[in-house]
Amino acid sequence: MRMMTFAKRCAKELLRDPINVAFGLGFPVVLLYLLSAIQANIPASLYEIDTLTPGITVFALAFMTLFSATLIAKDRESAFLQRLYTTPLTGIDFIMGYMLPILPMAFVQIAICYLAAIPLGLTVSSHILFAIVGILPIAVFNIALGLLCGSLLGVKQVGGICGALLTNLSAWFSGVWFDLNLVGGTFKKAANVLPFVHAAEMEKALFSGDIETAASHLLPIVLYAILISVAAVYCFLRQMKRQ
Amino acid sequence: MQAVKTTELVKQYKNLTAVDKLCFEIEKGELFSLLGVNGAGKTTTIKMLTCLTKPSGGDAYVGGYSITKEPEQVKKLIGVSPQETAVAPNLSVKENLELICGIHGFSKEKTKAKIRELSEQISLDQVLERRAGKLSGGWQRRVSIVMALISEPEILFLDEPTLGLDVLARYELWEVIRSLKGKITIVLTTHYMEEAEALSDRIGIMKNGRLLAVGTVEELNQRTGMDHFEKTFVSLVKEGE
Repeated sequence: MRMMTFAKRCAKELLRDPINVAFGLGFPVVLLYLLSAIQANIPASLYEIDTLTPGITVFALAFMTLFSATLIAKDRESAFLQRLYTTPLTGIDFIMGYMLPILPMAFVQIAICYLAAIPLGLTVSSHILFAIVGILPIAVFNIALGLLCGSLLGVKQVGGICGALLTNLSAWFSGVWFDLNLVGGTFKKAANVLPFVHAAEMEKALFSGDIETAASHLLPIVLYAILISVAAVYCFLRQMKRQ
Repeated sequence: MQAVKTTELVKQYKNLTAVDKLCFEIEKGELFSLLGVNGAGKTTTIKMLTCLTKPSGGDAYVGGYSITKEPEQVKKLIGVSPQETAVAPNLSVKENLELICGIHGFSKEKTKAKIRELSEQISLDQVLERRAGKLSGGWQRRVSIVMALISEPEILFLDEPTLGLDVLARYELWEVIRSLKGKITIVLTTHYMEEAEALSDRIGIMKNGRLLAVGTVEELNQRTGMDHFEKTFVSLVKEGE
């Protein structure tokens, strides 16, 4: 009950910020249309809609990291969180309260991306539903990363690190913008160590109904999601005690 | 009956002793002010009493519960209005109040009734539907105090409630605080002498983490032989150097 009350508050704070709505829902759709327009004017098959859309959905989740990190950092910098620390809310109430409302937002964001891609020629099949549901571990990873960054960084730092660095990292190392084989070498090795390319490949495989390939990418994503979630919970509780 | 009792409360930060063996008692229903210049240890004391910071030594009892051993029990009894504005900016005033009611497990009916009661008492009607972040500093402080009050606390902690407000907003907030006197125990920190003098039943004067003197304005004036509280304060603080 307490947790849900706090979660409801976090949802309202996020949804009433027009920048969140514009970037979270609007920007990925704009990218989808922009890259499709580029594809229509080049002879190479670089941004085919059936491979581009799953990739964009994974990239779009980086904004969920930014939103959760910004909300937590703002709450920490104001005295609002300090006030709530003097109430019967527990550590787990805070953590779940921050994470829970962003999950449905992530699903809505992904669904909008797929719906927006249909007029661009996306193959419509039941696999879209698999792709939407399968985003769960990737969404958990991104939201937990937001909780971690929000617990460690200030609002300005969150803007720089999550807003600029992380969105770029997730874009470059996911193989969405360009084929990683084109670069190869250390860059490709680094990309394979990070979760972004696995997330993009899993989402593409789910969309095309290739469950076997999707499953082969699941383990690194789940491991990253667990690792980052544990680190986020530890850091949040630590800063809570340090108050 | 004592609402708050501290026994040799200490807060140490590396080489700095922010609060040094603090001992005082506050009676139930009393408005007690901690007065001191910046860095006297007032906010650190409040932070310890509200379980935000753990003491380095000693203990304190709030509503009979130990802040070191029973913080969860203490949190059920207290309301806190921090020094800075502590409202959810994108939520309306009403939603801010509903949030606190929900956190304290109030039913929908009780939440409605409490919001109605406090809005009338503190004259919040005109801003209930407005976003808290868009209100003036004075109104935000007023909302902040109501957020601390709505959980029906036995003990209300107000940390520098009028800091940074203009004269009119300060007088309005004083009226709000006066209207609460006698109904609940209030612990207030301030560095405004006139605020402590106008509102308090008793005042504790702090400097460098130590409590220099405790008493009513008259008692403190008598002790120093001064006829004005401002002179009393200066005399006590200089005496403590």
